[in-house]
Amino acid sequence: MAFALSAERERELEEIVARYPNKMAACIPVLHLCQEQNQNWVSDEVITFVAHRLDLSPAHVKGVVTFYTLFNQKPVGKHQVWVCQTLSCALRGAGEILSHCEKRLGCHVGETSKDGKVTLRTAECLASCGTAPMMQIDKKYYENLSVPEVDRLLDGLLKG
Amino acid sequence: MLKQTTYLSHSYGKPDGFTLAAYEAAGGYRGVRKALAMSREQVVDEVKKAHIRGRGGAGFDCGTKWSFMPKESKKPHYLVINADEGEPGTFKDRTIMELNPHSMVEGCIIGCYGIGAHAAYIYVRDELHLSKERLWGAIREARAKGYLGQNPFGKDYPVEIYVHTGAGAYICGEETSLLNSLEGKRGEPRLKPPFPAQYGAFGCPTTVNNAETVAIVPTVFEMGGDAFSQLSTLHSLNDGGARLFGVSGHVKRPGVYEAAVGLTLRELIYDLGGGILDDRPMLGVIPGGSSCPVHLPDETVNLPNDPRFAAWHGKSILDLPLGVDTFRAVGGMLGTCCAIVMNDSADPVLALHNLVRFYKHESCGQCTPCREGCGWVDRIIKKIVQGEATMDELDEISEIASNITGNTICAFGDGAAQPMLAFVKKYRKSFEDYVRTGGKSQTRRLSL
Ligand SMILES: Cc1cc2nc3c(=O)[nH]c(=O)nc-3n(C[C@H](O)[C@H](O)[C@H](O)COP(=O)(O)O)c2cc1C
Ligand code: SF4
Ligand code: FES
Repeated sequence: MAFALSAERERELEEIVARYPNKMAACIPVLHLCQEQNQNWVSDEVITFVAHRLDLSPAHVKGVVTFYTLFNQKPVGKHQVWVCQTLSCALRGAGEILSHCEKRLGCHVGETSKDGKVTLRTAECLASCGTAPMMQIDKKYYENLSVPEVDRLLDGLLKG
Repeated sequence: MLKQTTYLSHSYGKPDGFTLAAYEAAGGYRGVRKALAMSREQVVDEVKKAHIRGRGGAGFDCGTKWSFMPKESKKPHYLVINADEGEPGTFKDRTIMELNPHSMVEGCIIGCYGIGAHAAYIYVRDELHLSKERLWGAIREARAKGYLGQNPFGKDYPVEIYVHTGAGAYICGEETSLLNSLEGKRGEPRLKPPFPAQYGAFGCPTTVNNAETVAIVPTVFEMGGDAFSQLSTLHSLNDGGARLFGVSGHVKRPGVYEAAVGLTLRELIYDLGGGILDDRPMLGVIPGGSSCPVHLPDETVNLPNDPRFAAWHGKSILDLPLGVDTFRAVGGMLGTCCAIVMNDSADPVLALHNLVRFYKHESCGQCTPCREGCGWVDRIIKKIVQGEATMDELDEISEIASNITGNTICAFGDGAAQPMLAFVKKYRKSFEDYVRTGGKSQTRRLSL
């Protein structure tokens, strides 16, 4: 089915395009906008839509999508969890947080829990090194984590 | 001497410190009024006097960079602010965006005027959702007051500011990659020259400044460039003012602290950071983001022939002031001034493995030495950790790293090679022990 944006997001698209001297510059923000509407992933339909609306070739848009790690090229869980694994976090116990997440969710890094609720990922330094270990759940940061705190957060996601 | 300051951090810890009302109550938007009363040339001269060394890692003088912008040109000019903050261990720009976003808005207005631009794009990495929200909020507040738009502070000099977002790629912090990403392309670095001041965003003259660099500019106009520069103990080395320092890893009080330039690692780690976690011996410290070489606690400064650094010759590296040129002189790098500290519970082989994995993941792949080199070193360290490597392979790490250095389009390659060279040289024995004992010599842990 062809992809379309909600009326509100359509207005936002126009706003975004107006910020730049040309339409191509809107490519990344508009992809974010579409990904959000499309259950957090960029399908071929989304690529066609963005290419059409910004007068770009689908190949250009596809090239952009594949370059950036935050554009999902396949469906993901309802929630996305990223555990930072870079040095400052690793020194503060990120390894333990990550293996606990794998155990609790019953899936490995890069996979989605069986109920489809949570996709688990690692992240590279998220600019939160002074409050390590940390993870990002959807759009929010959770810092100074401990294993019980992680349990509480994952409980919330799995129940919700 | 430890001299803590609050030019940027006065709002930190205050629940509504990010609002326009709080910013103005603390004296905000006064510097920009002074700046807009000057000529464009006077503004650039004042910033030159302040000796702000770029806070994004390379330490280039801000006023000098502004002066590279064409005086007259038919094309529009752009100010692009680098708030991609992705260098491992670095977490200072995020605090400005979340807690003091108006300092960036004010700095952008002055910056646009100084370089002849009417639009600024703040490039924020996508993960920093609260930062983007606070910046947009500050922009809206400023526009409602008429500080942005057609006549900022009554001056006939239109300025608009936009927040732009990335989509998860460390390389987009490199300024030319950032420009490609701003233009809606893959974030691959461009060959230089041409430099951004000639051919930057959308093919137009552009200045790229780090978020903290632009945020401190209002303070310069508030107090005067000279006075600002003299806050620093390294004023004579043209490294002026105050800046944000971060400390993370194995310290008791990790965090962001603001102080006059010239702070030492000892002051950062012990006075501000509260000392080493669990009071264990220090294994090493990376002064400013992972691309800087690591230093051992017992290193001494060896600069007998340079009068500029005579005062520190023979002293511990921990007592060398954190300055762009001081650390360059000892073969190190200041970087972003956000130090990563390791105590002796950390295994240096695993620490390097962690960093090399990062660089392998983040290389954009354009240059063969960088793309292949990072992957190759990653494979060797994996073998070392698994106890399957030979001494020859250990030596290969330094060879591969040396072949990356200087042979790539952008400085990512050098940034990846630095930790490889420094770790293998400075923790040679730990690496050799791994090889000799088949990986059984070490704790195999990064954290306790
Ligand atoms: C691989 C790489 C990553 C970089 N990441 C950042 C970054 O996240 N933020 C930043 O301000 N500068 C970063 N830089 C430095 C920028 O290229 C540029 O020097 C800086 O934004 C200029 O601003 P300044 O002069 O105000 O420091 C990076 C450089 C390289 C080579
Ligand atoms: S040095 Fe690495 S990151 Fe930079 S352009 Fe070359 S391959 Fe890309
Ligand atoms: S290392 Fe995890 S946030 Fe920086």
